[in-house]
Amino acid sequence: MAKGKASPFLRVNYLMIFLFISLALLYIPIILMVVNSFNQSTLSTSFTGFTLGWYGNLFEDRTVLEAALLSLQLGTVSTTLAMLMGGLVAIALVRIPKFLGRLLLTTMITAPLVMPDVITGLTQTLLFNSTKVLFGWPDHGGFGTILIAHVTFIMAYSAVTIQSRLLTADSSLEEAAMDLGSGPVRAFVEITLPIISPALLSAWLLGLTLSLDDLVIASFVTGPGATTLPMIIYSKIRVGISPEMNALASIILGVVAAGVVISSLIMARSEKTRISEEAKALKTG
Amino acid sequence: MNQLDSAPKLNGVNVAPTSPPLASPSLVAKTLKTLRKFASNHAKWLIIAPPLLYLIAFFLIPFFLALKISLSLSILAAPPFTETLARGENGEYIFTFHMVNYNELIHDWNLFWQDVSDLGSTVVNWVTGLFREVETPVSDREGSRYIDSFITSLRFAAVGTFFCLLIGYPCAYAIARAPKSQQNLFLMLIILPFWTSFLLRIYALQGVLRPSGVLNKLLLWIGVIDEPLRILQTAAAVQIGVVYSYAPFMILPLFATLQKLDPALLEAAYDLGAKPFRAFWNITVPLSLPGVIAGAMLTFIPMMGEYIIPDMMGGPGVETIGRVLWNMFFDDHNWPMAAAFSIAFLLFLVVPIAIYQYYSIREREA
Repeated sequence: MAKGKASPFLRVNYLMIFLFISLALLYIPIILMVVNSFNQSTLSTSFTGFTLGWYGNLFEDRTVLEAALLSLQLGTVSTTLAMLMGGLVAIALVRIPKFLGRLLLTTMITAPLVMPDVITGLTQTLLFNSTKVLFGWPDHGGFGTILIAHVTFIMAYSAVTIQSRLLTADSSLEEAAMDLGSGPVRAFVEITLPIISPALLSAWLLGLTLSLDDLVIASFVTGPGATTLPMIIYSKIRVGISPEMNALASIILGVVAAGVVISSLIMARSEKTRISEEAKALKTG
Repeated sequence: MNQLDSAPKLNGVNVAPTSPPLASPSLVAKTLKTLRKFASNHAKWLIIAPPLLYLIAFFLIPFFLALKISLSLSILAAPPFTETLARGENGEYIFTFHMVNYNELIHDWNLFWQDVSDLGSTVVNWVTGLFREVETPVSDREGSRYIDSFITSLRFAAVGTFFCLLIGYPCAYAIARAPKSQQNLFLMLIILPFWTSFLLRIYALQGVLRPSGVLNKLLLWIGVIDEPLRILQTAAAVQIGVVYSYAPFMILPLFATLQKLDPALLEAAYDLGAKPFRAFWNITVPLSLPGVIAGAMLTFIPMMGEYIIPDMMGGPGVETIGRVLWNMFFDDHNWPMAAAFSIAFLLFLVVPIAIYQYYSIREREA
């Protein structure tokens, strides 16, 4: 860019300072929460001494552990289903130019992205209530109803993630494979699937976070006995300061940070091998 | 099961006889050919049908159910609403629709317009009311509960979107101008909090805004204030909360459009003598408009429907659409009214959602 000619107020340095301040504001509350998770003081007004007691309390709390387990089960199952469904939507929208209901599918897959949670939750629970009257299912809300509700809104995110990768993937490779005599399924599995696999992974991870994070929709459709982790967190922090929740947040943050670092390393490496393999293929070809 | 066992086996797979045994070979070939043609013509439905049917069943139909229930009466029963469709004595269908819920909304609307006799006083009230704890919940007051909550939500969303843009645009611009090697790091730093719990981020923000929190300590130390400010349980806390939570949603789409912007265009403008601000205003801003609109819709729409932030930071006085819907469903068990209010809210949201869809679909298919 024409650096010499940029006016002072648009110079990169000022923008960078602004960016750093914004990032600092974003992270200060989170960092303070992590610090307070080791703080002896319950009020977390000042640091009175180091302790791991809150972590101990957290792991002794059976309700938290059970809810975490339920949320993890729910998250893995719902996000896997949502990734498969979202993948089908992405393939349909990118590779099949014309079919009946294309506009309907496009609308239904983008609408959940911006639908307020309260409305999604309310309409979903009205649905389950009607199916209960009509078909006798579900007897009461729980794992099954939350699962369906989560798949419904997470598949929208999966579809968008996979779709954007599929659009950049070169379909001529697939066509070349088919010209050389492989069937469409085989061409997809051997050519396209490896190309979109990073998107599948990120769709899966995104789906898992969305499912683990959802309070509103799950609260609407749940029933007796199915308490997810966000419901427990909500009931604890609503009353006031809860140092155990600082500990929980720090654990989640640690797991996420480790996961992000590892996955970005893996992705960087696979991207490198892909590029070098492509270069090799071009040389030999 | 026995029938299946006796069926002829081909490669270990049960195959049911597809054609009568007496048919001539050419007929078999013909049938197979048509079958194959049918399969190859309709194989795409194996891909399209599962998600399409799933979304129709679990996304589209619920909205029609909400519409149906919004036309019924609230009763003390399970389910807590009257039946809209019944069979008469002679088996005829009888529809019973009640407009009570919508009438209540319209009544509210009229009340609201009677209140807005002086727009100026409304604005002043809002500014002075930002840091004041509202003593009585709106629901206990005589007046327009639904429209009031709608206006409250609209205000949070509009002001919040404005501030997100104000903070998000320079951030996105800075990232887009940063060296490619740093861009991913910055983006990751912006996204990282999203992978943690939304609830716990709000809780973290509460910790900062508390009377004993870091912000008040800092302000006291500087000497701007003499006693801790009460920020939590006011509308201002909700406003801060929504901006804190949703600003990254503004930054990401803005970055996507700003990154695509060709620097040669700006250089050309400079070479032709344009001042930097003029070049920015005439080139960068118009070209980044799709990102601005996508970001604005991605922040505005969820802010309108937000439940958690007003509930945790606003205290009982700040009634938003999300809270009214939640309370109406869980506490009042008035499902028909909740359904009617959702439908009305959704009708309002159709416009921003359609704008968002238009831009996002165009962006993706470009």
